[in-house]
Amino acid sequence: MTAEATLEQPTLEQGTLFRFATAGSVDDGKSTLVGRLLHDSKAILADQLDAVARTSEARGFGGEKGGLDLALLTDGLRAEREQGITIDVAYRYFATDRRTFILADCPGHVQYTKNTVTGASTADAVVLLIDARKGVLEQTRRHLSVAALLRAPHVVVAVNKIDLVDFSESVFSTISADVARVAHELGLREAVAIPVSALDGDNVVDRSDRTPWYTGPTLIELLETLPGTDELDDAQEAFRFPVQTVIRPQGALAPGLAEGEFRDYRAYAGQVTEGIVRVGDRVSVVTPGQAPRDTTVVGIDVAGRSLEEAAAPLSVALRLADEFDVARGDTIAAAGTLPESTADLYGSLCWLSTKPLREGAKVIVKHGTSTVRALVRSVSGKLDLDTFQVTPASGLELNDIGQAQLRLAAPLPLEPYATHRRTGAFLVIDAQDGATLAAGMVREHPGDSEAERYWI
Amino acid sequence: MSTRVEETQSVHTEAGAGNAAPGVASGLPERDGLPLAATPSREGAGTASSGQAEAEHLGLLDALEAESIHIIREVVAEFERPAMLFSGGKDSVVMLHLAAKAFWPGKIPFPVLHVDTGHNFPEVLDFRDRTVARLGLRLVVGSVQEYIDRGELQERADGTRNPLQTVPLLDTIAANKFDAVFGGGRRDEDKARAKERILSLRDEFGQWDPRNQRPELWNLYNGRHTVGQHVRAFPISNWTELDIWRYIEREGIELPSIYYAHERDVFQRDGMWRAVGEVSLPREEEDVVVRTVRYRTVGDMSCTGAVLSDAFTVGDVVREVAASTLTERGATRADDRISEAAMEDRKKDGYF
Repeated sequence: MTAEATLEQPTLEQGTLFRFATAGSVDDGKSTLVGRLLHDSKAILADQLDAVARTSEARGFGGEKGGLDLALLTDGLRAEREQGITIDVAYRYFATDRRTFILADCPGHVQYTKNTVTGASTADAVVLLIDARKGVLEQTRRHLSVAALLRAPHVVVAVNKIDLVDFSESVFSTISADVARVAHELGLREAVAIPVSALDGDNVVDRSDRTPWYTGPTLIELLETLPGTDELDDAQEAFRFPVQTVIRPQGALAPGLAEGEFRDYRAYAGQVTEGIVRVGDRVSVVTPGQAPRDTTVVGIDVAGRSLEEAAAPLSVALRLADEFDVARGDTIAAAGTLPESTADLYGSLCWLSTKPLREGAKVIVKHGTSTVRALVRSVSGKLDLDTFQVTPASGLELNDIGQAQLRLAAPLPLEPYATHRRTGAFLVIDAQDGATLAAGMVREHPGDSEAERYWI
Repeated sequence: MSTRVEETQSVHTEAGAGNAAPGVASGLPERDGLPLAATPSREGAGTASSGQAEAEHLGLLDALEAESIHIIREVVAEFERPAMLFSGGKDSVVMLHLAAKAFWPGKIPFPVLHVDTGHNFPEVLDFRDRTVARLGLRLVVGSVQEYIDRGELQERADGTRNPLQTVPLLDTIAANKFDAVFGGGRRDEDKARAKERILSLRDEFGQWDPRNQRPELWNLYNGRHTVGQHVRAFPISNWTELDIWRYIEREGIELPSIYYAHERDVFQRDGMWRAVGEVSLPREEEDVVVRTVRYRTVGDMSCTGAVLSDAFTVGDVVREVAASTLTERGATRADDRISEAAMEDRKKDGYF
């Protein structure tokens, strides 16, 4: 058997990749739900199950439910097992016939904002747990608010412990209505509710016959069919490509390649962050602080293979018709679509550090493939996650979400996060110790719309 | 000097005829400077050539590949002296293949680094040297044996050398002033690795502090570090064992022969099949038998077990892995059976 023969037909169909984050309050049964998803989708193998069974027995877990504490599957660190809590985001992997899932398991109690923001930043969907006995709580509203702010494309609400309310349709209906109302207030695209019992497995992977009144999909059915971020966005968004590095192999050609053929090879390496590019497209090369230079895409390369087009999130190398000076930090975009670069950054900040933010602080901003110094000119407000109102503030503490104005040492091609989930994101980094201080999302320039002026 | 630097630029070794098991793609022609014989992908690179991108969404392997290449390019662009751990094991082979694709038609712009325990499989060392020569790379080797010979490390009572790799690794990183080291760790391998970042800071002592990690947001990686610190980068964090094998199949990547079924003298210990070799000798009560086996992971001969297998080709292995009821480490690694937190403890000390 040769490799060529196998290329004709892969042994297994591969499906697509879908990333989701789980969030919930303390004791909503999130670890159990994650364990249930992994277990029922057969992602837990015999040796892992043995380990869980041993530990469950040692701790006296069990009784009627069969003795497996599925929550143990997700505790990664010694301290977590010892204290019975989850400290940090953990990543899990499982697959069905249609999709492979990357699950960011975000702990509920310690630093929940930091963890939820981290998980939601890359997620195609956020799965939020609600205890059916408790309904929509303050923390539920906060989690929904973070999901809305981070623009998670889908929010799924798993109404858990439905067995403990006797599979009551009316309890479920009340909670779904509450969720829909909060989602509407927050401007969430959608928030689908599903009645589940993570402990028993109802409507997680297998359909429950104990909720005959529920006709919607099970959790896994929904996750298998929701369109991913790029499926939703590619067609609408204009092409964006931050240049990571220039590939010009003179003198350092990979062995086996003909020197003559690649003497003048020059391409710009990067990942398509938004939209689609095709050979022949007109593009602008944007170097902040300079007038955009327009040219044409003449080649899209992936390691010796030429493509006719590339869509987000593909990593490629672009060849251009004109020999411009292009460097890391520049952006190649569909011609004429990228707004003028600016050194005034208005942004929402999720503050993730115990070191508070104060006006006048000097920080580092990382945006796309650019890293620049910045001065925090002012903090203009703090979001009250219970009322969704912005209240005046002059600083931000750990887990606060606020708004600030920064002056950048060099201009950047900033686009609002509300319409550009990838190019509108940035990090705030501590200039001294290099720690990540905040997740930042670009807001409209206050001059751009009437409503925004209110906040300044 | 704690490291040995080998220039292997001009060496070209023929595929070891003796160990080319069926299904080992060692006979494949090199193509377009790609290291490991990639032929045009059947998958297409994500979007349909018809221009109807919405209809045909990017496949799983293309999505994983795109993420890994992005990470590798970011690290190379932002660090001064990166290096890549390369043992000849399947994960590091895939990682190196991705690095070659990231910089094509240029050469991989950094050296590779291997910590040789002295207990490695000879087939794997041979494969390592051939691959490095073919790609024209510089190989930096840190040797556990030399540390033991000098009395700086002590052989463990159980004979396992895996935990002994940490000191030579950290010394080699410091001596070469590497500021970023790529590793082929995957989050699905182990509970502690599930908590690992893609870019992970190591302090002056090479230690990992799992309770105080930087949050990792979007695809923006924060690699800032100060003098003495370095960063470990894990570009294939999000791949599973099955993804690795599907990709090896799709790209026609060559691996050491011992990953495929072959006949071998083995004996049973701790419920695992162990190879007979200089550093792995049966005790009196352990019978040596011939079995058809393959290796799911390739660590030291002294702590890696083989599995009984009829998977002679890469397609067979994909099917076998998809149907397996044991994790790769659970099935084959004595070093991770020491305790529930064995990997966590090693990682905290600076292990990869």
